[in-house]
Parts: sequence; structure tokens; C-alpha cells
Amino acid sequence: MRQYIIRRLLQAVPILFGITLLTFLIMQLAPGNPLQTMIDPTISMEEINMAEKKLGMDQPKIIQYFNWLREILTGNLGYSVKTGQPVAKLIGERLPATLLLTMSAFFISFIIGVPLGVYSATHKYSAGDYSMTFLAFLGISIPNFFFGLGLIYVFALKLGWLPTSGMATIGADLSGFNGVLVYARHLVMPAIVLALPNLATVMRFTRSSMIEVLLHDFIRTAKAKGLTHRRVIYKHALRNALIPVVTIFGLSIPFLFGGAYITEQVFNWPGMGSLGIQAITAREYPIVMGLNLFTSILVLMGNLIADISYAFVDPRIRYS
Amino acid sequence: MKKGHKQKSQSFYALAFRRFKKNKLALWGVFVLLSLIASAIFAPLIAPYDPYMSVRNDKGMLDILSPPSSAHFLGTDSVGRDVASRLIYAGRVSLSVGVVAVSISIVIGTVLGSLAGFFGRWVDSVIMRGVDVVICFPVLFLIITISTLLKPSIYTTMIVIGLVSWTNTARLVRGEILKVREFEFVESSRALGARNGRIIFRHILPNIMAPIVVQATLQTAQAILIEASLSFLGVGVQQPIPSWGNMLNEAMSLTILAFKPMIWFSPGIAIVITVLSINFIGDGLRDALDPKLGNN
Repeated sequence: MRQYIIRRLLQAVPILFGITLLTFLIMQLAPGNPLQTMIDPTISMEEINMAEKKLGMDQPKIIQYFNWLREILTGNLGYSVKTGQPVAKLIGERLPATLLLTMSAFFISFIIGVPLGVYSATHKYSAGDYSMTFLAFLGISIPNFFFGLGLIYVFALKLGWLPTSGMATIGADLSGFNGVLVYARHLVMPAIVLALPNLATVMRFTRSSMIEVLLHDFIRTAKAKGLTHRRVIYKHALRNALIPVVTIFGLSIPFLFGGAYITEQVFNWPGMGSLGIQAITAREYPIVMGLNLFTSILVLMGNLIADISYAFVDPRIRYS
Repeated sequence: MKKGHKQKSQSFYALAFRRFKKNKLALWGVFVLLSLIASAIFAPLIAPYDPYMSVRNDKGMLDILSPPSSAHFLGTDSVGRDVASRLIYAGRVSLSVGVVAVSISIVIGTVLGSLAGFFGRWVDSVIMRGVDVVICFPVLFLIITISTLLKPSIYTTMIVIGLVSWTNTARLVRGEILKVREFEFVESSRALGARNGRIIFRHILPNIMAPIVVQATLQTAQAILIEASLSFLGVGVQQPIPSWGNMLNEAMSLTILAFKPMIWFSPGIAIVITVLSINFIGDGLRDALDPKLGNN
């Protein structure tokens, strides 16, 4: 297992390198020299001149890339063009909200998706299964912003049950249980919107994996032993059916972080996503590129964790 | 099974077609999609108004945000244009963005996937590590970033979606080629002196067309969703050209969201119906073209 983890970590290094290279290449499309935005604008003119020298802004692109990479590795993601604030700080402020949203969506999609998939598989070709299939297709076909607007329209504007947007009500008492309740009420709709397509995928995947497992001999043996239906399904079949479902962990991560950009914008959720869309509108390229770089590294780490957990549940992977 | 001897004489695609015809949802998808394509092509004949013109009412005033009526059955938008006409014209934009973007991504994905699968070694490593890098980026935000940098327009949208979403195709094609490469007919054509290009294009690719077609179909649904998201955020298809996504942009105003539901609800439903029908077709094609896979 340790060997597998080390091998996976080593494989991630060139990918990490590639991510920075692609980011740097895309930055070349932005007006001006991207290295300029790596310099703290609050320092004196002389210091700026020195920093420009140090970053090698008159040097060839390849040297500029390595200088830029050095800055990134020391935690400098550049500075906002308009406010002069460090990009790393701006992203850091928004990270907790995005993690809360994506993690909630992640749990919703598996906690609801897996049981629905099991139901579909054990009731194959029933009316229930067909409705689930249809709903799953709907889930992957509905644009998340439209679904979000629909939920706001019904539950916030017409019924008045939930707040339209934001993460907390201004001036509300955020201490203790009351605070949790305030956050939860704000979180419900964006988390469901972000989770829906992923939930549909998890459900379909669980269904087909479960159907396949149910055909195996050991299931017949378990039934023949006289075990109850519940026990056969949940103890024997589901445990095996879930192994391939773990691969969806890895696929979910880029999907949820990507989806967060639109979902956060629709619900005005104060995370990295809405920061990104605001930065796009304001043409704040240092923030935009910082976010691209940061999210892709998060996704890379997420994929690593997913791969390792896959090897953990399925020994065949470790030794191949 | 009785007709077994009859079926044997049928080609792979004839058999696939028979299987496809049995899938009701896929047939529904084909019917809906054909209707949408027809309405897009004949938009000037069907649309009751010019989608770019603000209409005036009897008093000569601009007819802004009027509710659904017999004259405008979905009402008018915030600058007084007929929503129903814009909805019909927007179909042209969404469908063509989907088709062009996917054509680009399928070509890139097939070429790179073939190279990686066929030549193996360092070619394979370089291309597949490239795929690993691109899939780490949040696709939607990457597309938004590049299209903003290149100045958003309908053409930028098509090209950037195509340039970014080739990774799945490349992986798929590579995997298929690895399988087919080992077959004897490939070896025999090599023995006959065929060049690599000829082997790939004449012998291998025709054998892996089925999964590529399925992939292209499902990818089209995805591309239409991405275009809608981009246009919704204002970085895709630009006003005054109507797109379902940018029509929904009006709902960012809470007043319109609350009191003029037809303005945003109708383009939203149009997207759902289009994407849903394409997904049904894609799923039907997968079942029909690959009987081994199937849903059961």
C-alpha cells in the first residue's frame, strides 16, 4: 500500500508541473506582462524596479516561467490589479465557504444517490426504476443555473421558506444552534443544485454496478443459505457494488468545484466561485488565473485521495 | 431467436438500428430534436416577430415586459422584444454552437487518442499526461477564462468549448485503439505494406466509430449546457444575438425572476428539452451500438 501511495505521489509531480505550465501559457493571452502582477504594488518605486529585475521581466519567456513558478511555490499568487490585495489572501478568505458548499453537495449526492441506485437495481424495470432513470436523465440535462433560479422562485420568492441568497442573514444571531440553523437554511438550495447532476451520476453508476454484482454466484449462495433479502442486498451485494462507485469520488471533485462557479454566482454564495465570476467581469486576471491554478491543484489532490481510497477498498489495484 | 438465420445476414449498423428503434425514450429524443432543428432552420417562417426589434404598442410606446397575450404569447423582454421569436432564433445559436464545438473536440480527441494508442511509448506518455493536466482544471471556469481573454462572441464560444473538451474522446479513442491494434487484420495490412496513416484511418478508425458516435452525441448535450452557462454569465453569446443562456440572464434581476416567469422559464425549459432529448439519443445509441454494454 505504501509503495502504491509513493508511486501515485510521484506520478502527480509532472502533472503539477503541467498545470503550472498551462496556467502560464494561458496568462500570456492576458494584456500586459503577467509577471507585473506578481509584484506587491504597495512597495516603493525603487523596490518595484528591483522586483522587476529579480523576476526577469526583460528575460526570455522560459526564464520568466521559472521565476514565476518560484513565486508560486513560495505562496505568491500575485496581487489584485484594482485593490492591490494579495490573490492568495483573497482566495483563502473565500475557501471555507466553497469547501462547505462542495462538501455538502458531495455528501448529498452519495447519501441519496447510492440508496436510490440500490432501489433501482433491486426493482429493475419497475415503475419506480423507470421514474428514477427519467429523473437521473433530467438531473444531468438541467442547467444548474436554471434549476437554481427555479428553486429560488418557488421556495424563496413564492413560498418564502428559504432565503434567496447569501450565506447568512445580515444582523442575525449567529451563535450556537441558531447560527447553525441560519447557515443551514442558506446552504440547502445551493447544495442541492450543485449536487443534482452528481447525484444522478452516482445513482446510475450504483444501479449498473449493483445489477452486475447481483448476477454473481456468491449472491445465489447467500440466498440459498437462507439469509434474509435485506442482508443479501446490503451486506453481500452492496459492499461489492460500492467498489467501482468509489471511482466517482475522483470524478466528483473537479465536477463540484467547476459547478460551484455558477451555483455560487446564482445564490450569491461568498466562495471562490463567485469571486471568480466577479473577477472575470472586472477583468481581474491575476485573481482569475490564481483561482484556475488553485482549483486545479485542489482537484489534483482530490484525485490522489480518491485513487488511494480506491486502492484501499480494492486490493487488485494496489498490486497491478 | 426464431429469426436468427435472418438476422445473421444483416450488417452491424442494420442490427443497431433495429435495437435503437425499440428504445422509446431515444425515439422520443429523435422526434423532439428533429422538430427543434426544423424550427431552427425555418425560424424566419415560424417566428411571429423580428427577434432584434423592439415592438411598440397601440400608443406607440415601447412594449416592455408585457405579460403573455394573444399578440405575444410569451410576452416581451426588458427591451420590448418578442420572447417567443427570440426563443425560436436562439435554437439556431445553441444547436450550432453544440455541433461546431463538438466537431472540433471530436477531431482533436480522435487524432490525439489515435496517436497515443497507436504509437505508444513516449507519444502516449506525453499525450496522456497532457490529458491528466487538462482534466484537473475546472472545465467550465477554464472555458470562461479563455473566452474572456479572447473577447467573448458566438465564435469564441464554439472554438473554446471545442478546444477544451477533447479529453474524454482522447481517452476513449486511445483505449479502443489499444484493443483493435492487436487484431490480425491490422497485422495483415501492415504485412501488405500499408503505411501507419492508412492503417489508422482506413482500418482501425472505421472499427471504433460506434463509441466515437456515442461520445459525440453525449458531448453535444454537454456543449449546449456549457454554452448556456457561458451566455447566462454574459461571457458567451453576446446580446443582441439571442441564445437560451443569455435570455435567462435577465432572471438575475429579482423583479424579473419573481414577476415575469415566462421570460426566464421558457428558455430554461427549451435548454432542458434539447439536452434531455440529445442525452436520450446518446443513451439509445450506446445501447444499440454496443449490445455487450447495455443497461442490463
